[in-house]
Amino acid sequence: MAEPLLVVEDLEVHYPIGKSLFKEGVTLRALDGVSFTVGKGEVVGLVGESGSGKTTLGRAVLRLVEPTSGRVQLGDKDVTALPPADLKALRSKMQIIFQDPYASLNPRMSVGQTLGEALMLHKIGTRKDRDQRIGDLLEQVGLPRSAAARFPHEFSGGQRQRIGIARALAVNPEFIVADEPVSALDVSIQAQIINLLQDLRRELGLSLLFIGHDLSVIEFLCDRVIVLYLGRVMEMGTAAELYANPRHPYTRALLDAAPVPDPTVRRDRITLKGDLPSPVNPPSGCVFRTRCPYAIDACAEVVPPLETLESGHRVACIRSHELNLANPIA
Amino acid sequence: MADTTVPIAAQPPQSYGRRVVRRFLRHTPAVLSLAFLLLLGAVVIVGPWVSPYTFDGQDFMLIGAPGPMSAEHWLGTDELGRDALTRLIHGGRVSLAVGLAGAIIATFAGTLVGAVSGFYRGWVDQVLMRLTDVMLSIPTLPLVLLLSGLFRPSPPLLVAIVGLLIWMGTARLVRSQFMALREREFVEAARALGASGPRLMFRHILPNAIGPITVSATLAVGSAIMLESALSFLGFGIQPPVPTWGNLLNSASSWLSVAPWLAIPPGLLILFTVLAVNFLGDGLRDAMEPRE
Repeated sequence: MAEPLLVVEDLEVHYPIGKSLFKEGVTLRALDGVSFTVGKGEVVGLVGESGSGKTTLGRAVLRLVEPTSGRVQLGDKDVTALPPADLKALRSKMQIIFQDPYASLNPRMSVGQTLGEALMLHKIGTRKDRDQRIGDLLEQVGLPRSAAARFPHEFSGGQRQRIGIARALAVNPEFIVADEPVSALDVSIQAQIINLLQDLRRELGLSLLFIGHDLSVIEFLCDRVIVLYLGRVMEMGTAAELYANPRHPYTRALLDAAPVPDPTVRRDRITLKGDLPSPVNPPSGCVFRTRCPYAIDACAEVVPPLETLESGHRVACIRSHELNLANPIA
Repeated sequence: MADTTVPIAAQPPQSYGRRVVRRFLRHTPAVLSLAFLLLLGAVVIVGPWVSPYTFDGQDFMLIGAPGPMSAEHWLGTDELGRDALTRLIHGGRVSLAVGLAGAIIATFAGTLVGAVSGFYRGWVDQVLMRLTDVMLSIPTLPLVLLLSGLFRPSPPLLVAIVGLLIWMGTARLVRSQFMALREREFVEAARALGASGPRLMFRHILPNAIGPITVSATLAVGSAIMLESALSFLGFGIQPPVPTWGNLLNSASSWLSVAPWLAIPPGLLILFTVLAVNFLGDGLRDAMEPRE
């Protein structure tokens, strides 16, 4: 594995809810003790159902959401401890691409203004250079230079997503959180954007935390994958290893839920029933036990530690040694 | 570099401004109201220059009781021998000016309070919103009657008082807009780039809330005109001899049975102006915030 660029240690985001003068509140545990690293030039995928804390994790790493505790380190800087002035400087090193290309661009600012603001905020180039740089950025994401004078409503979803990517690239980041950047797009456009991200990653040596729920996209793009459930890491490992040989029942269930484009394949699948439990009142022990077909009494008693198996493959399941979850079709 | 360049539409679609104008023009009452208000504005600006009388000029032959409508005095004269039409037009000038200025103050104050409240949330929001609630709960007229017993405000002070009595609706509206908009991804994107709080508020959020604020400002003009008229009618406004629709109505009220032609025109003008302003606000709302 490459030298780590981003190190996340024991990150927690808890929200107090319902607390008032007259009432004791409860705590919503959006993220609970999440640790991982992203190497230089590495793409790490983050998967999990809606509500599993993927988006919160992406935001907390960038300190767009204040972590309750834990540490995030980018390069040699501690993101979680920086005072606001230093944080602003560090923001040029870490950027984000959003899911909804319709909500992520200010409708009252032209594309040139949006990109120019990024350059201006980080004092990149002189006023004159900036127009040049804006044009270059647009070309880099496959849009004509003339797009700078246009407003967001004049573009399609895919084009807007390219503008969002250009904005993230404007400040020369080393690390980008891509929060489901293709989920809102048509399938044909998804492929274009994924290829664009792949190209940019190769050219610029970017590190990405790619949040998604389309497992085939994750497999194509990511070196390693983290599986999140109810704000906790269930399993992580290289994409190849994780897809061929999942060691956590939840990972297997996610893989089984993905459609296989071959009607002749018969599978015995783990199908998830019910909804995610409430993060306000998570199950004791292993949080997945309420929906796990392999749950035993012991699962309710201890929180399974994230054990390291061979070659950096890690899993949080006390029965991982006895279960055979290997994916028959991978 | 991306291998291919994605073509973008050659012709930009109809701009936001044009769509707003098109939708506005379909709203007949609003268009008529706008025409009425423009005409009224022209009359009160030009009128005093064209009129052969001044608003405080007296015809000493007619002092004592209101004079009837005649070829010389189209709307008659008041008990001091002054031309009623000239005073009506001049009063419109004062009433509209106070109304506009009061609405501008209310819109600024309300937008500032609402923006800060909705953007920063937490205890700042609590403090500002409780202040707003307190202001809303003060009954305007008793307060004004009390104040009028104490002093007579100068016109700038009157404008300030009018503005400070009607900013609360705007503040609540702007607050809700800011609360919704601050969660939008484009605001988060600017935050991820390190934009400061004021920059997020005024560069990113405010321009996207300008539609509702415009509507609210328009409606505030109506409230301000009403309030100024009420204040002047009660004697706590612009003081005679300077006329406003409110104090014209006040002085005409004592002659209502013998000279109704003095009270009816300012009353109708207040009614129609406020009505027109409200129609205009409705039209703007429909044009700027279509619920589709």
